[in-house]
Amino acid sequence: MNTLEIKNLNVSIDGQAILKDFSLTIPKGEVHALMGPNGTGKSTLAKVIAGHEDYTVESGEVLLDGVNILGGEPDDIAKAGLFLAFQYPLEIPGVSIANFIRAARQARLPEGEDINAVEYYKELYAKMDALKMDRKFTARSLNEGFSGGEKKRCEILQMSMLDPKYCIMDETDSGLDIDALRIVSEGVNLMRSEERGFLVITHYQRLLDYIVPDVVHVMFDGRIVHSGDAELAKELESKGYDWVKEEFVGAPA
Amino acid sequence: MSDTDIQDEAIKVDTEKGNFKYPENYEFDAGVGLTEDTIKYISDVKNDDEWVREFRLKALEVFKKKPMPTNWADKDLENIDFDKIRYYLSKGQVPARSWDDVPDDVKETFERLGIPEQERKFLAGVEAQFDSEASYSRMKEDLEKEGVIFVGSTEGLAKYPEIFRPYFGKVIPTADNKFSALNSATFSGGSFIYVPKGVKLKQPLQAYFRINAENFGQFERTLIIADEDSEITYMEGCTAPKFETATLHSAVVELVALKNAKIQYITVQNWSSNVFNLVTKRGMADEGAEVKWIDCNIGSRLTMKYPGVVLKGKGARGEVLSIALANDGQHQDTGAKMMHLADNTTSNIISKSISIGKGRSTYRGQVHMPKHLKNCKNNTECDALLINTNSRTDTYPAITTRGENNTVQHEASVSKVSAEQIFYMMQRGLSEGEAMSLAVNGFVNDLMKAFPMEYSVELKRLIDMEMEGSVG
Repeated sequence: MNTLEIKNLNVSIDGQAILKDFSLTIPKGEVHALMGPNGTGKSTLAKVIAGHEDYTVESGEVLLDGVNILGGEPDDIAKAGLFLAFQYPLEIPGVSIANFIRAARQARLPEGEDINAVEYYKELYAKMDALKMDRKFTARSLNEGFSGGEKKRCEILQMSMLDPKYCIMDETDSGLDIDALRIVSEGVNLMRSEERGFLVITHYQRLLDYIVPDVVHVMFDGRIVHSGDAELAKELESKGYDWVKEEFVGAPA
Repeated sequence: MSDTDIQDEAIKVDTEKGNFKYPENYEFDAGVGLTEDTIKYISDVKNDDEWVREFRLKALEVFKKKPMPTNWADKDLENIDFDKIRYYLSKGQVPARSWDDVPDDVKETFERLGIPEQERKFLAGVEAQFDSEASYSRMKEDLEKEGVIFVGSTEGLAKYPEIFRPYFGKVIPTADNKFSALNSATFSGGSFIYVPKGVKLKQPLQAYFRINAENFGQFERTLIIADEDSEITYMEGCTAPKFETATLHSAVVELVALKNAKIQYITVQNWSSNVFNLVTKRGMADEGAEVKWIDCNIGSRLTMKYPGVVLKGKGARGEVLSIALANDGQHQDTGAKMMHLADNTTSNIISKSISIGKGRSTYRGQVHMPKHLKNCKNNTECDALLINTNSRTDTYPAITTRGENNTVQHEASVSKVSAEQIFYMMQRGLSEGEAMSLAVNGFVNDLMKAFPMEYSVELKRLIDMEMEGSVG
């Protein structure tokens, strides 16, 4: 029950199959990395799990602690405990970081209950300090005019403030320089616990030097074709993805 | 209580809260339709002076002659049937000075709208108009001692003609447009305010306009005169229940800011979707004076309103900050006018409109700077936000600048709340409605900072209510 379980997921967009019988189980307490070449369906997987409406789910299930979330509204899925750190976080002009996270926290409270503002800011500032974010950022409009690194740090801040059970991180390393990568990874590592599972989607092995995964999966053409330990990521780094393609395409169907 | 709690408590008016009515029971009723007899009835009931009677009857002639402005305005105007409207309904002529003396149904109406509570909390005076006449009017005693006058239009013209008559109908002449003529013929209620030299009101005066009757036309008339070096903030709120038939609200508001005076006029209207809201508002700013309109238009079927400032004296300043929210089936046709008539005058227009569903918003701006003037400045910004792909926005800026040392600056933008932005916010746990309200509040956020706190809180609440209703 303490797992995020993706079972035989088939997803298409405009009639084109993207995920093909995709299955993966992430137990709490583990970090799984999902690697693979571009266009293989990694980001689609993340968005489908989070409830994006552009995709057509043909079949399958996504069980969050045993409860199917597939086909639910994005806000219900989020409140069930799933957080998606976006590859390209959206800009929301005029809405400050502090107010946005506060609204998201408020949405998780029962009706009639209000956030304690003093405690909220105390926690927010502590987490910003840990991510080396200037406290002045709380007043800035969410992601508006942020650098790539600032956006990603802001994603991790939200992730940490919303205390999800499962985190999916979609190409969080893209657009980060090495310092930002280290800070973001530290933030993630602080959140690692027996109570939380992670799916880290990345194209490059680099991120996994900082966030060391328990399991590495290689995805190709809509499904997982290889799984292994952290060493598999290093192997991919040295060999590239071509051997996966060759092996996969060459293998009998 | 935290600051936010206090803010939230400050004003509690929301769209549903206004949607109730009490049975109609009027002592005075001018009947249906508009003729000379209707006007004479109103004058008789009010015991108008002879010059006021003449003023009204002349205005009726102008109204009849003027065509509807449908050569440029929304064709929906043609759906107003002037013969089916009731032009005057009241329960009595003299507003009560204590809530205890207000008729029960009227008192309950305003209590449900939170007016007595606001008065206790932060207002210097309140007038509450129910259909044609004010049911309640009271100002703090110390202001009376300082010589501030805060009365209705009938009382203003009858008791203080020496103060109000020289300016009445001068900033907005009867013939300004068809609806100013209609108001000049039928006006009733509204606020007549005089602030003596050097008197600076620390708290706002407020008027609340409530339509309770179906097929009714509300024609309040407001005239505010701020004498030299005085300051006043006036706020108005408006609601009506949801009727099946059209209701007409056609006000005329004239502001006169004498030398170095400051007037701030704030409107938060929240009309139900059957109201035609056709209002003429204009201020005159003398030397060194400032007139500022803060105008928030929510609800109504069609709103046409272009607050203006005539910058008559050197160094005068005019400002219009407006927010319009057009929901499905609504048209907010709003804007601003700035007439620069003296050197060193400055004007600022910031307009933000939000169109939801099939809602439509239109900005019309007019800035006039004649050739002989020097060092005049205007800044115009109009930003539109579209929530759905079938929403519509139009911008019609008309800026005429002549003269070499005058500067104008105009910026316009149109943006959309994208499906991806909504998905992003929903992924954090916000419902679709909450996500949209947050985006809309973000869009107007910088402008709302310029508003008094009580009003920005109310406005935020109204936007939240509108957005909630707009999500299927």
